Amino acid sequence: MTQAQRRWIFLVAGTGLAAFYLWGLSGLPGFGNYPGPYGPAILQVAVAQTHATGVVSAVNFLYRGFDTVGEEFILFTAASGVSVVLRHLRGERDRSAVDEAADRDVPPTSSAVRMVALVFAGPAIVVGWWLASHAQTNPSGGFQGGVVLASGFVLVYLAGEFLVFERFSPVDLLDVVEGVGAGGFAATGLTAVFLSMPFLANWLDLGQYPGAVSSSGTIALISFFVGLEVAAAFILIVGELLEQTLLIRQGES
Amino acid sequence: MAVFPFVVVAWILGIGLYGIVTSRHLVHQIVCLTVVQSSTYVLLLGVGYVTGAVAPYYYDVPDHTPAVDPVVQALALTDVVVEAAVTALLLSFAVQAHKRFGTLDPHELASMKG
Repeated sequence: MTQAQRRWIFLVAGTGLAAFYLWGLSGLPGFGNYPGPYGPAILQVAVAQTHATGVVSAVNFLYRGFDTVGEEFILFTAASGVSVVLRHLRGERDRSAVDEAADRDVPPTSSAVRMVALVFAGPAIVVGWWLASHAQTNPSGGFQGGVVLASGFVLVYLAGEFLVFERFSPVDLLDVVEGVGAGGFAATGLTAVFLSMPFLANWLDLGQYPGAVSSSGTIALISFFVGLEVAAAFILIVGELLEQTLLIRQGES
Repeated sequence: MAVFPFVVVAWILGIGLYGIVTSRHLVHQIVCLTVVQSSTYVLLLGVGYVTGAVAPYYYDVPDHTPAVDPVVQALALTDVVVEAAVTALLLSFAVQAHKRFGTLDPHELASMKG
């Protein structure tokens, strides 16, 4: 198929898509007039029911918790998938990074990048922990916190070398952390079943008042587990992709 | 102005799809896919918006203040996570494709089957 044919097919299909989009748009209530019903219903009861002032977290980890289990395992599966796809294949061996295009000048990492990365690595990890442990009160949660936590480790890579990154994030430990995160979420849900409640029901004490860090029961606990899982998964994925730069097929010049 | 957010959605979606169709590089194509997916964030948040409402967090505003819809915001979060997972997997496939065929041009990849 030539480029021109491809473009024509896209044009025809795009026209159809645009028609459907406009048709769908005409049925919307218009920007700023969201009619519900689920959002307003949850906003009415969420704070009193869960003692969580962060209603998005309450939706994610309680009302829609079953979906979020699936979501977390999507990430878990993706991390495993990346490991499988990028495994050491037959004929591949490790090599230290060498400059293949010797005539081209590769600028070394500037000390400004190293400095900034080093300065921000610590704060990124602290902010990540804070986000993962404050899902119940503020706009945050395990998913956001986990990603920020993982970016702290990527900054370590930027500040140093891949070998330093590897030492800071050993794969065995990450596998355990990821397992604890994903398993902890499922176990929290199943505990409710053993206590004769529905799966993922809030079986923990809700705390004294909405807005306290210790409030909201399982919402805070699940967010913490999700934070562990997401951070470990992202560090694993980044590590796998970085490791590829050290791999070469045998027989390649 | 009531349709402006939805025009933005259509624009992001269209430009991303155009990029996927005309792309000559797999990594570029994957980035275009993330652009396409970004349109869904704008759509979700646009659908759930309520004029004059606050964010659905009652930490420092009185209870029962009108807030925007928390369900679509939670859905947008799911959307982001799935995008990250899909991108990671696709990028690792691109790495393997380059190792195997020595090119990342989708057209050359298509003509090098077998």
